[in-house]
Amino acid sequence: MATLTLGVGACGSDDPSGPSAAEAGPNGIDDGSELTLWTRAPLEKQAKLLVDAYNSSHQNKVKLTVVPNDDYVAKVGAAAGSGGLPDLFAADIVYVPNWVNQGLFQDLSANINGLSFKDSINKGHLSAGKLDGKEHVLPFVLDLSMLFWNKQLFRDAGLDPEKAPATLEEYAAAAKAVQATKKDGVYGTAAGLNCGGCLVFTWFPSIWAGGGQVLGAEGTESKLADDTAQKVYRTWQDLWKSGAVLPSSAGETGPTWTAGFTEGKVGLMFYPATLLSSTPFDVGVAGIPGPNGGASTFVGGDGIGVSKDSKKGAQAWNFLSWMMSEEAQVEVLAKNKDVVSRADLANNKYAVEDPRLVTINEVAGKGDTPVALNFQQAFNAPNSPWLTLVRNQVLNGGGDLQKDNAEITAVLKQ
Amino acid sequence: MSVTAPSRPPSPAVRGRARPPGRQALLGWLYATPTAVFVVLLFAVPLLLVVKMSVSRWPLLTGDQGINAPDNFVKAINHRFFTDSVVFTVKYTVLATVLLLALGLGLALLVQESSRWNNLLRASFLIPSALGLASASLLFYVLYSPYASPLAPVMDHLGVTFLGSPNAALFSTTFLIVWRYAGFYMVLMLVGLQGIPADVYEAARSDGASRWQTFRKITLPLLRPTLALTTVLCVTGSLLAFEQFYILTKGGPDNSTITVVQLIYMVAFQGQNDLGVAAAISVIVLLALILINALQLRAFRSEES
Repeated sequence: MATLTLGVGACGSDDPSGPSAAEAGPNGIDDGSELTLWTRAPLEKQAKLLVDAYNSSHQNKVKLTVVPNDDYVAKVGAAAGSGGLPDLFAADIVYVPNWVNQGLFQDLSANINGLSFKDSINKGHLSAGKLDGKEHVLPFVLDLSMLFWNKQLFRDAGLDPEKAPATLEEYAAAAKAVQATKKDGVYGTAAGLNCGGCLVFTWFPSIWAGGGQVLGAEGTESKLADDTAQKVYRTWQDLWKSGAVLPSSAGETGPTWTAGFTEGKVGLMFYPATLLSSTPFDVGVAGIPGPNGGASTFVGGDGIGVSKDSKKGAQAWNFLSWMMSEEAQVEVLAKNKDVVSRADLANNKYAVEDPRLVTINEVAGKGDTPVALNFQQAFNAPNSPWLTLVRNQVLNGGGDLQKDNAEITAVLKQ
Repeated sequence: MSVTAPSRPPSPAVRGRARPPGRQALLGWLYATPTAVFVVLLFAVPLLLVVKMSVSRWPLLTGDQGINAPDNFVKAINHRFFTDSVVFTVKYTVLATVLLLALGLGLALLVQESSRWNNLLRASFLIPSALGLASASLLFYVLYSPYASPLAPVMDHLGVTFLGSPNAALFSTTFLIVWRYAGFYMVLMLVGLQGIPADVYEAARSDGASRWQTFRKITLPLLRPTLALTTVLCVTGSLLAFEQFYILTKGGPDNSTITVVQLIYMVAFQGQNDLGVAAAISVIVLLALILINALQLRAFRSEES
């Protein structure tokens, strides 16, 4: 019944008090204000580290609210309708174009243009938040999809544990080799085959690495029936038929899509780089290969901006400008083995210690972030046409690819 | 046993003199006010709001954009999952209602006599009802998971999954609902059964009626008010099914288990983010429920008379 009460406060007046973000100078104001910040659960660890570090070095205090992934859109929507958004909130980068278009974020272009390192900020995230040439969001946490492999399982299967599969075919061969060891409960690979977001995150890079495109330039046309995409589906269909894919993948709606690998029961999979620090065993990391080699990644994660309802724009900018500083990027994010969102800091002292971080940072430059207004409905929603397409191609072995693809285009065009 | 007659109430004339009619009416309104306030605030206002939403363009993120009737209703009925979800909801409702009522009555007959064993059985049938539906769904989510379940080796061995195919998902979810609610309907049926006077049964027995005849000709007819209540409860509850499917299947696999309420939630919050269309479906569901309940009550009443 939550829907019933949404509109009650919808006609609140907006009279911004205090200086806006743009009037506050390059670093904003640090005057002991309390700021509220919302983010979704998958990025809880990184958000907590950032907020704790900020709170211990500033007078402003940021109060963090972590919302379960599935409820985040509903919560933000309810708050947006009633004028109750927090000062700062993060959004899955694929939703950012829509939310910026709906006016949920304040224009930060004056502040962002004032940053001396603007050109080295991750381009995918910046352009996702761009409307009419004005930037509205900064990268909060970058989450890249990477090929992870379990070195011990590779060794057991007689594969070279130091060498990443270079093509999608080699990936499939490695998965089958791990499967062939016939160890109890061990499978070659895994994927979230009932989770649109997971599939976007892990399979789009294979298409990009193969030189293909997933969307037309305007984000209103789906190119997911093209040759490169078809090769990707065929490889996975073959993998699924061969039994080298964790069986629960077929019904996996998202909550446990990485669990098999994290527990050491899956040989190799396309996996979020944010989980590198919490993977307890020895893993190799590489970019996601395409059918004929190459490497790419989905530059996902969350963008963050100042909400339309915030009356503390200057204080909120203080947090954002600190967040982009070398201090936060290197001493908080990189220290936790996370990807920095500034290319000029990619070779920081923590990255140099761990060659896997260098790999991730390098591939980040080759990655992409798709931009489309109706991205959620077309791809992430549990009933999305993208999910229907993949399940028809990979699991059900049928379906009309062109028709399924046209359905995605129809939703993107709405 | 002596019965004391209640003392004569004070005559209206006396009361009338003490409290003028105007004041009495005021007092009446005063008594009714707390309930009325709650009904208006928690029922009438939200209902009007939903009706208003259903005739307005109302995106989740930007709020009310003005009247656009009847666009939302057209969009609702033309939604690519509207027909599927109605068909599935009806299918699920029939399945759940038949199973729950039959099992509830069966269990009630089984444990009707009070004995130590029966008390234990009654308690064990009723225990699942103490668990919230969402918690029960989460419990079964783990139980059904081919990955985390203690039954995983069995599933692996037999090559079946509980939520993997459309029918398996429907039956697995129905099993959860039967497990969760059978005890509750058993209690309702027990109350009904205990309302049937023992001498009717005695008369039947002395007339030489068989067990089946007693059940057909005495238990069922005298249980009609209880059956009406349980049917209305069960049909309404099943038509509004949401939590179990939201948690267990999310409408999958392949969009085969989308209920109407889930469709409302999806349209409102998962992609389309259009509260206007979601409200339009809500209004359609509300009207359908009123109609269905009216028909059910009439059916039970006409057989009674």
